Amino acid sequence: MKPIKWAFGGALACLLGVGAFAGISYRSALPPIPPPAADGFPAELVAKGATLAAIGDCVVCHTADQGAAYAGGRALPTPFGTLYASNITPDAATGIGSWSLDAFKRAMRDGVGRDGSHLYPALPYDHYRRVHDGDLEAIYAFLMTRQPVSAPAKPNDMIFPLGFRPLLAGWKLMFLHQPEFQPVPGRDAQWNRGAYLVEGLGHCGGCHSPRNLAGAEEDGSSAYSGGVAEGWTAPALTAASRAPVPWTADSLYAYLRAGLDGRHGVAAGPMGPVVHGLSRAPEADVRAIAVYIASLSAPPGGAGQPADRPPAIDRADRAAQADPAGAALFAGACAGCHEAGAPMLTQGRPPLATATALQLDEPANALRAILNGIHPPAGAAGPAMPPFTASLTDAQAARIAAYLRTRFSDRPAWTDLEQAAAEIREEDTRQ
Amino acid sequence: MTVTLTINGAAHRLEVDPSTPLLYVLRGELALNGAKYGCGLGQCGACTVQIDGKAAFSCLTPVSALEGRQIRTVEGLGTAEAPGLLQAAFEAEQAAQCGYCIAGMIMRAQALLDRVAEPDEAQIRAHMQTNLCRCGTHMRILRAIRRAVAMRKEGRKEAQKGTRDAPAGTRQAAAEPVREARP
Repeated sequence: MKPIKWAFGGALACLLGVGAFAGISYRSALPPIPPPAADGFPAELVAKGATLAAIGDCVVCHTADQGAAYAGGRALPTPFGTLYASNITPDAATGIGSWSLDAFKRAMRDGVGRDGSHLYPALPYDHYRRVHDGDLEAIYAFLMTRQPVSAPAKPNDMIFPLGFRPLLAGWKLMFLHQPEFQPVPGRDAQWNRGAYLVEGLGHCGGCHSPRNLAGAEEDGSSAYSGGVAEGWTAPALTAASRAPVPWTADSLYAYLRAGLDGRHGVAAGPMGPVVHGLSRAPEADVRAIAVYIASLSAPPGGAGQPADRPPAIDRADRAAQADPAGAALFAGACAGCHEAGAPMLTQGRPPLATATALQLDEPANALRAILNGIHPPAGAAGPAMPPFTASLTDAQAARIAAYLRTRFSDRPAWTDLEQAAAEIREEDTRQ
Repeated sequence: MTVTLTINGAAHRLEVDPSTPLLYVLRGELALNGAKYGCGLGQCGACTVQIDGKAAFSCLTPVSALEGRQIRTVEGLGTAEAPGLLQAAFEAEQAAQCGYCIAGMIMRAQALLDRVAEPDEAQIRAHMQTNLCRCGTHMRILRAIRRAVAMRKEGRKEAQKGTRDAPAGTRQAAAEPVREARP
C-alpha cells in the first residue's frame, strides 16, 4: 500500500504547489472599454506623449519591417526563443483599443495584459515602472490617438516550457522590484531628468547592461557595463568603455541627436533607430540624457583616462606590412570613405581610429558593419554605409576586420573571424 | 599582381594593382562600359554588377577579392539584336531617361529574378532600394521589372503548353504587351 500512499502524498503536494503558484500568478482581467474617441484627449497631452514615446522607442519594436507603425509583428529574437511584438494601435480587436488607462498602466508597470495574462519582459516594464503617472497618461493619450490597424498578434515561438506565461510570475517575483523614480539629492535638475529618462522610458540598460541567466538585467556595479542587442555588442557606458577618446556630455549629445560624433563613431545596428527617435525628442531631454550617461563613465575623483584605455592609434604602415592582402582589400573596398583625406572624413565624419567597434573584445560590430552595412531607418536621414555581403566572401570580410584591428588597436587580435562572418551571413539569409 | 577574372563566362588575365576596383577594370581595361561610375561610394548603384549571382557595387570591390568568382555584367545578359528578358522589358517600358543608372538597375533586378521566381511589389521595391535614378524614372523602372516577371511567367506557360518557339527573353515576347495593373 505504500506506493499508493506516496503517490497520494505526491499528488497532494503537487496540487498544493499548483494552487500556490496559481495564487501568485493569477491576475484578473480588467474590463474592456469602448475605444476612446481620438479627439477626447487634449492636444498638449498627445504631443507630450509623442516625445516620450520617441524617447521610449516604442515604434522600433512595435513595428514590423515595412509594416504599419505600432501595429506590431516584429520578431524579437531572445536567448529563450522568438517573440513577436504586439499591436499597440487603438484597434479594439487586435490592438489596445479596449484597454483602459488603468490596464495600460498595469501593462507598463507590472507586465500584465488587459486580459490578465503575463507579458514577457521583452517589454521593459522593469524600466517603465519607474515612470511617473503623468508621463504614462501622456503616452496612453498618444497611442490611443494613432490610426487603428487591424493586425492580429503572431504566435510566439518560445522554448519549452517558457510558452506558458504564468511562469513569468516567478520571474517577476525575483526580478521586478524597481521603485518609481525618485530624484537623487545633491544632483542638479538636469542630471536627475537624464537619470529619470535613461533608467525609465529610455531603458538604455536593456541593451547596455549585462543580463543574468534568467534574462534579467544586472544592476549595481554591473549596470551599464555592456551587453548584447540583436547580435551587436552594446558597449559599456561606464569607465569600462573602450572608446579611444573619452565620451563627454557634448559628444554624447551630438551622437544621440545626429547619429554621429566626429571623435567617436556613428550609431549602427539597433542604436540607429534609437538616435532616430532622439532626433525628434526635445533638445533639453537629449542634453539631460547625455549629461547623465556621461556621469556614468566619469572616473571617480576627477578627470583623466583610465589606465586601461589606450589613445587613438593608426599604424597604417605596420598593418600594411603585416597584412598586405588585408591592406589591398581595405584600399579597394573601404579607403574611398575611411582613409585619411577621403571626402567623407573631411566633412567631420569620425575616423576609424576613434571607433569603439574596433576596440571591443568581440568582432561582432565590426563584422556586421562590413557585411550588412549601416542603414538609416526607411525614409529617415542618418549615417549610411553600403553592405559588402555580396562583394566580399567570409574570408575576405574577416581579413579586413583583422587588418583594421592590427591597424587601429593595440588589443589582442580577434579569433575565429571567418566563422563569425559566416554566422552573420547565415543569420542574414534566414531573415 | 596578376589576377584572372571570370566575366560573363570568359576568363581575363590582367596585370593590375590588387586594390583596383572592379569597375575601373571593366571600363578601363576590358571595354565593358555598361556599368557606370556614379559616386564611387556605394551610394548610388550605377556600377552594380553580379558577383556569384548577387548584386554588388563594382566601384567598391577590389579585384583581389574576385579570383575564382563569377562576375556578370549587363553585356552578359544579351545584345541589341537579342536582348535579355530584363533588357527587353526595360526597352518596352522605355524605362531609361538619360540611361546612366540603367545597367546598374538591370543587374540589381537580375539578381532578384535569379533568386525569386515571381517577386511581389514589396520584394521588388525593397530589393531595388539601393539604386538611384537622378532623372526620376523609378516608377517606369519598377514597371519594367514587373513586366519582366510577367513575361517570364507567360514564357513558362507557353513552354508548358509545348510551344517552345517563343522563349522568354526575346524581342517577340517583348512585343506582346503584357496587361497588368499600373498603380
